[in-house]
Amino acid sequence: MTQKDPKLLIQPGPQLRQQMTTPVVMRDVWYALTPATLAGIWFFGLGALLVLLTCIAGAVLTEWYFAPEEKRGYYIGDGSAILTGWLLGLTLPPALPLWMAFIGGVVAVGIGKTIWGGMGANIFNPALVGRAFLLATFPIAMTTWTAPGDFFTLSSSLFALPLMQSTVDTVTQASPLGLMKFEQIDTPFVDLLFGNTSGSLGETSGLLLILGGIYLWWRRDLDWRIPVGILGTAIIFSSILFLVDADKYPGPIFTTFAGGMLLGAIFMATDPVTSPLTKKGTWIFAVGIGILVVLIRVFGGFPEGIMYAILLMNAATPLIDSYTQPRVFGRELDSK
Amino acid sequence: MAKEKLAYDEFMKGLWRENPVFVQVLGLCPLLAVTNSAVNGLAMGLASFFVLLGSSILVSLLKNYIPKQVRISCFIIIIATFVTVVDYSLAAAMPVIHKDLGAFIPLIVCNCLILGRMEAFASRNTLRMSVADAFGMGAGFLFALVALGAVREIFGVGELFGITLFGPNFEPWVIMILPPGGFITLGVMLLYFNWVEEKKNKIDKQLAAEDGVN
Repeated sequence: MTQKDPKLLIQPGPQLRQQMTTPVVMRDVWYALTPATLAGIWFFGLGALLVLLTCIAGAVLTEWYFAPEEKRGYYIGDGSAILTGWLLGLTLPPALPLWMAFIGGVVAVGIGKTIWGGMGANIFNPALVGRAFLLATFPIAMTTWTAPGDFFTLSSSLFALPLMQSTVDTVTQASPLGLMKFEQIDTPFVDLLFGNTSGSLGETSGLLLILGGIYLWWRRDLDWRIPVGILGTAIIFSSILFLVDADKYPGPIFTTFAGGMLLGAIFMATDPVTSPLTKKGTWIFAVGIGILVVLIRVFGGFPEGIMYAILLMNAATPLIDSYTQPRVFGRELDSK
Repeated sequence: MAKEKLAYDEFMKGLWRENPVFVQVLGLCPLLAVTNSAVNGLAMGLASFFVLLGSSILVSLLKNYIPKQVRISCFIIIIATFVTVVDYSLAAAMPVIHKDLGAFIPLIVCNCLILGRMEAFASRNTLRMSVADAFGMGAGFLFALVALGAVREIFGVGELFGITLFGPNFEPWVIMILPPGGFITLGVMLLYFNWVEEKKNKIDKQLAAEDGVN
């Protein structure tokens, strides 16, 4: 009694399955990241692509190594390790020695995700854990920004031997944030918008990152409250500072488009695993990141603050969640 | 013969099977604080070893004369005596290392590993067993300190006991000589020990099952 096209299908539930599975969401994020990534490779050359691929390789190999043997295909197949490596790569300087990029990928998945219990159990955004580790471990290499250059020229610093530093000096150029912080030089808005500045390889093109964000919002993969909350808070806060002393503090447009602000606000803070579940909590989370970013950038020791801002609010997420639980319908306000 | 074997057993228990750091996770404060180089780890390990051995001997000799109600304070006084000896000897013999270790030498007094061995072992066992136990636990702690210090020194500055390993172009892993590096290294080592333990248990189970079948 097998029918090719049965009129009535009898089977145990669930009858309707959610279309938005992890692999689908992860692939959506890939598509959203592609334009900004291509722009980064275009500006910084093939070396940037190598850094990116090395990060992805480090992340995927670590995921594969620590996954239970019989589930390895599934663990790699959901695309989350590739995405982690990809996001990490986008936050790195384009001429970082490849062995460091590989270690970053390993740390991102190993210490950022696997030891917490794998997919969905991590407290901190894995890609940012990888970046934080690299920044603390190799502070010089991680803040050596190369200027956008010839497409086919590969910087020799990429191929430094494992454990060794690069001996050849590369053509370096301070990032817009560094220029602003240490020399008070503003970068033209057009360069910030299209990405023709030095910086991490995926953070420079503001316009394409926003396009990716709109795509994710349209696909409903992204909670719009987080980027809107972060950017809104940062804009308001930096506007106030700008109005107080325009010579000393960067303006709201610079704050939004320079550095990793957009990349972090759109692609990293919105990670559903490490952001709050409730609407109210999401707003608190986003406003907290916005304030912290401006605080760290303007008053802190680092030129860039988005990474630590997101990691700090990641740490606060369980607390926010427990304080913003909505009232169960029908219960009294103060009953537990 | 049986007694001999038991003493050896107590020694191996401390060194490996119940290693104070990797299995019991005791004495982490000095462990994380001073192991930014192998030499510091070695000095700290030897100092703790001496204090543990000395107080074990004294406590197990005096165990019948220490009133139960004040035993902890008695142990502390005995430990503090040996710590003072170590403190002054180090200051006289190796002032550089003494300065590096700083406050952590006097802090051996409140090392929970040492007090734990007094309470759990030396005050209840014979002198012979207590010495074996102190040797084992002290060696285990020493081993952990040197291992941690060596790994952190190799990655952090590219040296081992002050000998350069990788040549002048070595890129130091700054994080490894900072406190987070201590936590990360210790975490990875604990991971390894637990992994070995799990594997061993699995094999033991398999062997037991095969024995049952036969």
